[in-house]
Amino acid sequence: MTVVHQRAAARPQIVASPPRAGGAAGPLPDRVLMKGNEAIAEAAVAAGCDAYFGYPITPQAELLEWMARRMPEEGRVFVQAESELAAINMALGASAAGARVLVSSSSPGISLMAEAMSYMAGSRLPVVLVNVMRGGPGLGSIGAAQGDYLQATKGHGHGDYKVPVLAPSSIAEAIDLVRDAFILAERYRTPVILLADGILGQAMEPVAPAFRRLDKSTPDWILDGAAGRAPRVLKSLHLQPEALEEHDLALQAVYEQIAANEQRWAAEQLDDAEVVLVAYGTAARVARTAVERARADGIRAGLFRPITLWPFPAHPLRDAAKGARAVLAVEMSAGQMVEDVRLAIEGAVPVFHHGRMGGMVPSPDGVVAAMRRALAAGEEAGR
Amino acid sequence: MTATEHVTEQEGRTIYRRPLLLSKPTTYCPGCGHGIVHRLLAEVLEELGLGAKTILVGSVGCSVFAYDFLALDSVESPHGRAAAVATGVKRYRPDKVVLTYQGDGDLAAIGTAEIVHAAARGERFTVIFVNNGIYGMTGGQMAPTTLAGQRTTSSPRGRDVETTGYPLPVTEMLSLLPGVQYAARASVGDPVLVGKAKQSIKRAFEIQLEGKGFSIVEVLSTCPVGWGLTPSESMERLRDTVMTAYPVGTFVDRPRGIAPKLPQPGSPTRSITEGF
Amino acid sequence: MELSTIIAGFGGQGILFAGKVLAEAGLLEGREVLWIPSYGPEMRGGTASCTVIIADKMIGSPIVDRADHAVVLNPPSMAKYAPVVAPDGLLVVNTTLIEAEPDRQDIELLEVPCTALAKSAGDDKLVSVVALGALVGRRRLVEPETVHRALAIILGDRHADMITLDTAAFNAGYEAGLEQVIA
Repeated sequence: MTVVHQRAAARPQIVASPPRAGGAAGPLPDRVLMKGNEAIAEAAVAAGCDAYFGYPITPQAELLEWMARRMPEEGRVFVQAESELAAINMALGASAAGARVLVSSSSPGISLMAEAMSYMAGSRLPVVLVNVMRGGPGLGSIGAAQGDYLQATKGHGHGDYKVPVLAPSSIAEAIDLVRDAFILAERYRTPVILLADGILGQAMEPVAPAFRRLDKSTPDWILDGAAGRAPRVLKSLHLQPEALEEHDLALQAVYEQIAANEQRWAAEQLDDAEVVLVAYGTAARVARTAVERARADGIRAGLFRPITLWPFPAHPLRDAAKGARAVLAVEMSAGQMVEDVRLAIEGAVPVFHHGRMGGMVPSPDGVVAAMRRALAAGEEAGR
Repeated sequence: MTATEHVTEQEGRTIYRRPLLLSKPTTYCPGCGHGIVHRLLAEVLEELGLGAKTILVGSVGCSVFAYDFLALDSVESPHGRAAAVATGVKRYRPDKVVLTYQGDGDLAAIGTAEIVHAAARGERFTVIFVNNGIYGMTGGQMAPTTLAGQRTTSSPRGRDVETTGYPLPVTEMLSLLPGVQYAARASVGDPVLVGKAKQSIKRAFEIQLEGKGFSIVEVLSTCPVGWGLTPSESMERLRDTVMTAYPVGTFVDRPRGIAPKLPQPGSPTRSITEGF
Repeated sequence: MELSTIIAGFGGQGILFAGKVLAEAGLLEGREVLWIPSYGPEMRGGTASCTVIIADKMIGSPIVDRADHAVVLNPPSMAKYAPVVAPDGLLVVNTTLIEAEPDRQDIELLEVPCTALAKSAGDDKLVSVVALGALVGRRRLVEPETVHRALAIILGDRHADMITLDTAAFNAGYEAGLEQVIA
């Protein structure tokens, strides 16, 4: 049983919107198979994305290709930029002009976008950035990985800022979170990262073809030519340190609000868990299978799955881990999220990490073995 | 509102006033050309009645202050990325007038990819490219546009072309691209040149209003502090030295049939290098 | 019920296609399904593989460490995936290209000359469809009629002319699977 928790305002009404283009005529099937990259793209189109900017990179290229076809069909903006640098800066411009904007890339390209993300955070410009993570560092591999957790959750670019990070673990959830990402971006005037990985991007799963629309208002900060009003300036430059600190404090106040209101997580089989797995995205699915296998072997395992990586659901995790003998973070990285897990647990329960890197994904049996080691070591620590 | 509205019997004729779009006196260094270019820009936009439908895309360098003085809706760009930012603005708001205001460090060094590809796509905005051949904001370092032999704080023995290459003729380079509808180089070197610069800027915006494609005006300007000269010496150097290396004139005005005598790419049956 | 299938071989053997057909068939039967390709440079000429999971409930791990079925169409795939098959799982081997025997006594072996059957059916590129037929014939994880419908959906309007050949190839494999052909 999965319980999804959300500290947020009630979700808006679901409205049917066009299914994937090019589908067969006739009544819509209940569900269709869609690739993650394409489903994310179509979810953005359905949610009313006005402009998309991208650059080809594996494993997210299908997202760009889907938008290349769909955005012109809808009379909206699509530009294949000359680089990820240009793509995110085009997004900056379109966002300043009031567009609902999506940008996507994969790890190396995301690094190139760090500069403009910092500018957009500083200038309070909403954008949704999809990172279909691959193995790193450097050019790395094209395999699925989660090595960009710290980059996404601890700042990405320079300066004191944070952006909400949403981590889907299925294609259906990715579709929901694309729309939620736009809601958060516009509600708080901030960039939002949707953190997926190569498996989520490349896999196909059944999805309901009716995607949800999202209403749009005209905010009072956008640039449309200063007709009948004073000119507006969207900028991050505040040369006087006093002025910049004031601006930074205002940003921090927004982050506090986000942290208070927008934490999301899912809890699976935690009520009696002696070992609590913590995992997001694809790793969380591996962990779910590992939990089933462990329970079949008599180990009382449960899964805590953060859906917002920032704000990290720290208190809920600490509560969930009460009574457990060990907490095991499962990641496709050398151990990045585990830092947040340790901060959340505050030493109350021994915390362990199991990870694979480079595009390798932990196997369910590997996770079960790590669980056994964690329980044994937790026992040791408890003595 | 036009200048004539200020004429009253009592006051006599207004022959000089700050354009309404220039919201306050500029605070650039004495003898800096940015103030002149700001004024020309403000006058042109006012004369064309575009003040309330224009979006300014700022840049980094001394030019970053443009939005402090020009009463326009404005957005800041990361260093060099103004052409990409302007692409985003104009694509979403094709009915607005969009311009970038960039210096030579911004446009000709860190922003070369963005400016070249925006021009190649024929983006329908206007670029005001202020070239003073130096990084002014950071203390007078060598720029790609710095003249051969010119001393700067990062070329203390003078720019050595053997190791740092030759000045980059950006506007001539962009003139080869079919997406560029208008490309001109102007100068603030004397009042006559300033008048011509204003005509070039006006023409660039007319091209944008016609929805034709990319337009760029490079304005050769001064940096007395960075050049280590007085304001008047700077103007002399601009006229006597800089303008020799960078000839002023209109390189492209496609609607008027002005274009480099090179075959234009675009036809799949012709080589894009034919004529070279 | 949760059944995982790995299909692997050379690029150009129609592996991703056969996997999509299987996933679509699972979907048509109202199941949860997951299809994951190998992607990137691999699909441009090297080895190719895909994983298909069909289940009655929410699917967990997309990474299969105990495959219920593995379909191997060339020798490198045999070496890589025979060890991944779960005990009592099924290994479908394309004997046209693979001479080696798997070093496993605890799994079921189905040896089918998939490439040869594909050639007889009209095109050796249909090798994966033949193998899919053999898998379905032996383990009936989806109904053959559902696969026929799935073939039409995945081929779409663009490749509708291929439906006859693909159906013939699937049926040839299906018969081989039913007959427990030992090559």
